[in-house]
Amino acid sequence: MEFEPKLVGFLCNWCSYTGADLAGTARISYAPNLRAIRVMCSGRIDPTFIIKALYEGADGVLIAGCHPGDCHYQEGNYKALRRYKLLKRILPEYGVEPERVHLEWVAASEGEKFAKVVNEFTDKIKKLGPLNMKQSIFDSMKEDIVVHESAGEEKGGEADEA
Amino acid sequence: MKLKVGIYWGAACGGCDVAILDTHEKLLDIAAKMDIYLWPIALDFKYDDVKKMEDGYLDAAIYSGAIRNSENEEIAILLRKKSKVMIALGACAHLGGIPGLANFYTRDEMLKRIYIDSESTINEEGVIPLESWNVKEGELDLPRFYNTVKTLDQVVDVEYYIPGCPPVPLQIYSALSLIWDDMLPPVGSVIGAGDKALCESCPRVKEEKTISEFKRIQQVLPDPEKCFLEQGLVCLGAATRSGCGARCIKSGVPCRGCYGPLDDVPDLGIKMLSAIASVLEPKEEKEIDDVLDTIVDPLRTFHRFSMPASILRRKKE
Amino acid sequence: MASGKAVDAVYNIKPPPAATKLRELYYQAHFIHSHAAHFYALAAPDFVVGPDAPAAERNILGLIGKVGLEVGKEVIRQRAISQDIQIIIGGRATHPVWNLPGGVAKALTKEEREKVRPMVVEQLGFAEFGLKLFADVVMGNKAYVDLIIGDGYELVTNYMGLVDDQNKVNFFDGKVRVVDTEGNELFKYTEPEYMEYIAEHVEPYTYLKFPYLKKMGWDGFKEGKGTSIYQAAPLARLNAAEGMATPKAQAEFEKMYETLGGKPSHKLLAAHWARLIEIVYSAERMIELVEDDEILDPNVRVMPSTTPSEGVGIIEAPRGTLTHHYWTDENGIVTKANLIVGTTNNNAPISMAVKKAAQTFIKKGGEVTDGLLNMVEMAFRLFDPCFSCATHSLPGQMPLTVEIKNKDGETIETVSR
Ligand code: SF4
Ligand code: SF4
Ligand code: SF4
Ligand code: FES
Repeated sequence: MEFEPKLVGFLCNWCSYTGADLAGTARISYAPNLRAIRVMCSGRIDPTFIIKALYEGADGVLIAGCHPGDCHYQEGNYKALRRYKLLKRILPEYGVEPERVHLEWVAASEGEKFAKVVNEFTDKIKKLGPLNMKQSIFDSMKEDIVVHESAGEEKGGEADEA
Repeated sequence: MKLKVGIYWGAACGGCDVAILDTHEKLLDIAAKMDIYLWPIALDFKYDDVKKMEDGYLDAAIYSGAIRNSENEEIAILLRKKSKVMIALGACAHLGGIPGLANFYTRDEMLKRIYIDSESTINEEGVIPLESWNVKEGELDLPRFYNTVKTLDQVVDVEYYIPGCPPVPLQIYSALSLIWDDMLPPVGSVIGAGDKALCESCPRVKEEKTISEFKRIQQVLPDPEKCFLEQGLVCLGAATRSGCGARCIKSGVPCRGCYGPLDDVPDLGIKMLSAIASVLEPKEEKEIDDVLDTIVDPLRTFHRFSMPASILRRKKE
Repeated sequence: MASGKAVDAVYNIKPPPAATKLRELYYQAHFIHSHAAHFYALAAPDFVVGPDAPAAERNILGLIGKVGLEVGKEVIRQRAISQDIQIIIGGRATHPVWNLPGGVAKALTKEEREKVRPMVVEQLGFAEFGLKLFADVVMGNKAYVDLIIGDGYELVTNYMGLVDDQNKVNFFDGKVRVVDTEGNELFKYTEPEYMEYIAEHVEPYTYLKFPYLKKMGWDGFKEGKGTSIYQAAPLARLNAAEGMATPKAQAEFEKMYETLGGKPSHKLLAAHWARLIEIVYSAERMIELVEDDEILDPNVRVMPSTTPSEGVGIIEAPRGTLTHHYWTDENGIVTKANLIVGTTNNNAPISMAVKKAAQTFIKKGGEVTDGLLNMVEMAFRLFDPCFSCATHSLPGQMPLTVEIKNKDGETIETVSR
């Protein structure tokens, strides 16, 4: 079976989310792998959300915001860009390929661009393969778990949820 | 009635124990209010004394140090069973601390580095310590060296946290007094510290400047009055909990984040990443890259004390 | 402090004199706090309360019960002074972060010096009190003297310590001097040369390595002339030097060796005496430093101008010679490190001392009491009360189990602590 990546998209309400809508209503077909989360501005995307998404099972995260100069809150998208760039620098330190996080500017009118971005991103992550962050972290801790005669449940057992 | 307390260290440097001793004259006060049933650095009690206790016998266990090996974990589990309240003392127990930086490596890489590759070691047969070893007198056991350093609350339930590397001694005292005064806050609270960001209690002057270049402290003589971050020195005060009295900052060095994150912040390092990126000056990709090039080793800098407590916990293998 | 020196070496810079003096002042205060905690809280109970007193009393509180609350309070107060001196100079007493490549982050102000001045004088008084206590309580008691000069706590090895250019003990700077079992100088090395002289051996049953003198090669746990085992702790430091650099410490140095019957002394328990002499040296040295006007010089930093690469820093930690060796990238980020810490030096001697004490005190057919086990532990405790530093983040507790076997190797009794 071909690997179908799970992708999370944080989309700005004013532009990219509308762009995605447009792609939908215009019946432009694109890869179904992206779960879109609407945010009020790309500047509201806390990098913690992205890390959390990767941890919880996303194979890739897409951030989309208004083109430079078009942000409804003036500077939000610049902030997003700077955070994104810094985040990309630390991902390899976690053993995560930086390509798994991607940022694009997509305007409300750019339905086609949106579809193209999603398709390309999906392809790229397909090639990278699954991330499996949570499971791999717990797997690497498997040998570390103490079975104590009277300890009962070991707390590290969270791995089961993964 | 006097409180019954056990004090223990896991993967610790001993600085947290020294910080308890550094309550100085209050030590006599502590001794008057608490009977200490285990304290390896100072008293001559042994594990067996604890094992013989009935469950919940101790009013509190104070655990400093991270969980780096099976012994650290077993004693944490033992003390948890024997104690009504479990307190994580110091950055190592709270967040993984400095030992937690080992989570950028694997167990095998570390053992090889220490016992085989280290420059002063002569070990032609490639001997690596074993968890069990037979000698003619019997079997010798060693605790298992873990692949991943854990925080205390990743192995047992923890009621309270006293942050800091090491915690400020008077803060330890005030946290302990919450126990004997029966004024403990809700379970899960950080005690003996503030609830705002360090920046808010920092004496340095802030002007809301944006930053276009970072420097490291060995490259500049910082202005003694102005905010470090605004001078382009990475300071973790914006994402770090107050309570230390800005002691590093007052001695001329930026904050490295030992008091840990504020309430409801799951990941200090990523929060700091966000805060730093927000105050950068440039908007163009190329210029942003140039500024970011001046932040050396960002992840370990932001997670100096908190890697095991972070969302991703360790480097993926 | 060793890391501070190693980082200077990485950047190939020399801090200005005031910075070096501030670091040393900080460090001498650290020595007093550490030695005071080691002696009064962890070792003195063995003597003052008695080596075979019940475990519940053999601690600092028992000690206070025995010598009186006033003395206990004074020890606590003096430890507070040492720690406060460090806070005044470096902002924090544990993990000082003001130590930077090429100097320190903050100069000492006139007001701060005035604050520290009476403090260091008090510390000297306290240091001398320690000697008096030792003379009265320990040396005044025949049973203890017999214990110290008896065979149970004797181990014949080489000795290591940092010395100045007059071969006087120095905690902070100088060359590492190693003397043989008879006190003859074997060699002296500078920081970058450590690997030519010291090597570490690995055994499968412990996470702690066993350093030894490289030129002689690892030859197992053997004491006596020609051994490759060395010790590096208070007594070893004194054995490895020709004297103390300050007058009061020097006088006591002479007295100690006269009492012990010559230098070097292989009487392990004398480490506690040596420790008290070192406190006196630290206090005297602090007074010298505080009185030196150069310490107020506001110039406390030199900016590095070279690309960082590699460096070694060596100091005497309270429990032995401490070596830090770092390799860095061009940003000064450490890519590799090699450390040989205080107690690690003493790993082999500790193992041998414990064995010897056990063989001496645990007699065939005799009952093995808690007190006897403590006397075995004392052989350990004289080196290090805790072992946490040497094992890095490994077991922080000393799990002593003594199994008494008969001649056929059957366990006849197991006593665990
Ligand atoms: S928190 Fe800091 S002082 Fe406490 S044990 Fe850890 S490293 Fe040492
Ligand atoms: S960033 Fe650092 S120096 Fe600036 S105000 Fe915050 S804590 Fe103070
Ligand atoms: S300034 Fe920062 S690093 Fe220093 S003690 Fe306070 S919280 Fe810790
Ligand atoms: S409103 Fe779209 S990025 Fe700010």
